[in-house]
Amino acid sequence: MVAGLLLGGFYAAVSLGVSLIFGLLDIANIAQPAFVILGSYAAYVMNRSFGLDAILTGLLFTPVFYVLGAVVYRLYYESFERRGEESLRGLVFFFGVLFIIEVSLSLKYGVDYRLVEAAYIGKSIDLGGVGIAFRLLVPCLVGLAMTLALHLFLSRTFYGRAVMAVSQDRLALRLMGADPVRIKTIAFGVGIAAASLAGALLITIAPVVPSTDRDYIGRMFAITVLGGMGSIAGTLVAAVILGVAESLMSTFFGPSWSLAVSFGILLVALAVRPAGLLGR
Amino acid sequence: MARSTRTLLVGLAVVGAGILLAALRVNPYVYFAGYVILQYVVIATAWNILGGYAGYVNFGTPAFFALGAYTAVFLIQSTRAPLPVLILAGGLVSGLLGLGIGYLTLRLRGVFFSIATLALSIVLQTMIINWEYVGGSRGLSVIRPSGPPFGSYVTFLFAVMVLLSVVAVTVARFIERSWVGRGLAALRDNEEAAECMGVPTLRLKLFATTVSGVLLGVAGAPFPYYVTFVEPTSAFNLDYAVNALAMPMIGGTTSWVGPVIGAVLLGTAQQLATVTISSEMNLFIVGVVLVAFVVLAPEGIVGLVRRVRGR
Repeated sequence: MVAGLLLGGFYAAVSLGVSLIFGLLDIANIAQPAFVILGSYAAYVMNRSFGLDAILTGLLFTPVFYVLGAVVYRLYYESFERRGEESLRGLVFFFGVLFIIEVSLSLKYGVDYRLVEAAYIGKSIDLGGVGIAFRLLVPCLVGLAMTLALHLFLSRTFYGRAVMAVSQDRLALRLMGADPVRIKTIAFGVGIAAASLAGALLITIAPVVPSTDRDYIGRMFAITVLGGMGSIAGTLVAAVILGVAESLMSTFFGPSWSLAVSFGILLVALAVRPAGLLGR
Repeated sequence: MARSTRTLLVGLAVVGAGILLAALRVNPYVYFAGYVILQYVVIATAWNILGGYAGYVNFGTPAFFALGAYTAVFLIQSTRAPLPVLILAGGLVSGLLGLGIGYLTLRLRGVFFSIATLALSIVLQTMIINWEYVGGSRGLSVIRPSGPPFGSYVTFLFAVMVLLSVVAVTVARFIERSWVGRGLAALRDNEEAAECMGVPTLRLKLFATTVSGVLLGVAGAPFPYYVTFVEPTSAFNLDYAVNALAMPMIGGTTSWVGPVIGAVLLGTAQQLATVTISSEMNLFIVGVVLVAFVVLAPEGIVGLVRRVRGR
């Protein structure tokens, strides 16, 4: 149960990017999990060769990922959005990107499990009789911090508000003197940058292989849809629900069922209430 | 009438040529590779009925394919049913799943539909993993029945696949040329407008998802006998999803020729890459080619040819 709560904080971190890109910008970036795994491998490489802390690497790499995200968005914009055929072909485009990233990683690093080392991994503290592992606690705290940071970015800064606006009315935004494409590029970059940090958290929690991204497609989209498209608070709530549900499921029925939880919740959420818990 | 007779003759000729090729007994690898390529012809064609004609992108191809395969495994385990029964049953069960997916389109469109089909595939995989009777996560060995009608069993399966792909392509071509195809095209371009014009959108969508499901299940049913060892990871491989999508996209989604061209080109390239480089490389090729085509030639090879001709 506690593990589920902590897992929820981490899931929130993983899903923020999708929440921002898919929820607010309406871009079906199904490749987001692959960017997360890319972040994991960046953390792995830096950890192995320079002994850098995984989460620190994740933070250091956010500008790189931001640029990467901006480039991907420009490509997407030029090829699809401007021609007005974004939804389905764009989806296929990102599906291809997902495979390119995943296979590139497995060509470069093979399909073995990779992990990072840090002083706090393996230790735990005792809170009222419940042991809390640092490898879960740290990602959860970072995840909460990321959620808060993104929330502040969206509600307090000019660009954040512009991102909220672009999802509602492009024309009005243009009349206010802001370029929607530039705003979207920024938002997409921020979303991908979040993946860098999320990837570092992921590899702190558990070893990673290139095909781990497939498990996370369902989780991310389940959380985003369940939380209500683009609602940051909803993302956190949904992530915690999913984390708890998964850990309960794997305690009572065995770990092989836990993956079905996220996709099951996703299916039900899509079929019953597509607007999500805290939907607009 | 003369036209459909001609189609029938062409179809029969292809099946005949396939059986003849099967009887030639060239290098057995040709049949192995040929089976996979033809299997992709069926899969790509089936995907295109829903994805290309109706515009509903299905990421859950592995679910339908594996459901066909596992229906076959179940029947082999319980009754040792003959191959034609397996194929029919596989198609039937997957068709029912397709019908269910069709009702899902009532609420979910575009991106949401695609994500739901992906979710469906994973949920189904988890159920199979936890179902011991059909092998669970460890998988199950399937013994091929002795004495195929002709040649070795692989050449026989190859000939069966030739027949199935001809059937699939004929069905797709028929749909495309009939009012059903025009109705689907109308709802692909604008579902509300089509509905307003009196196109029975729900019935057409249910028809498309069911036919697509049946054909995918049919493609999967001979799979246990082909690999002789069925396990969930290979049957539910996401490769099927990306290939099913990439092949029509490369060939061109608006016509029945597109998926066939795409499947033959990409399937052959993948087989060559698997043999000469590595099996990971072939997925890489698919990814790159898919992105390149979606960005540069959204109409596929058929579209390119049309553009050149039109000039």
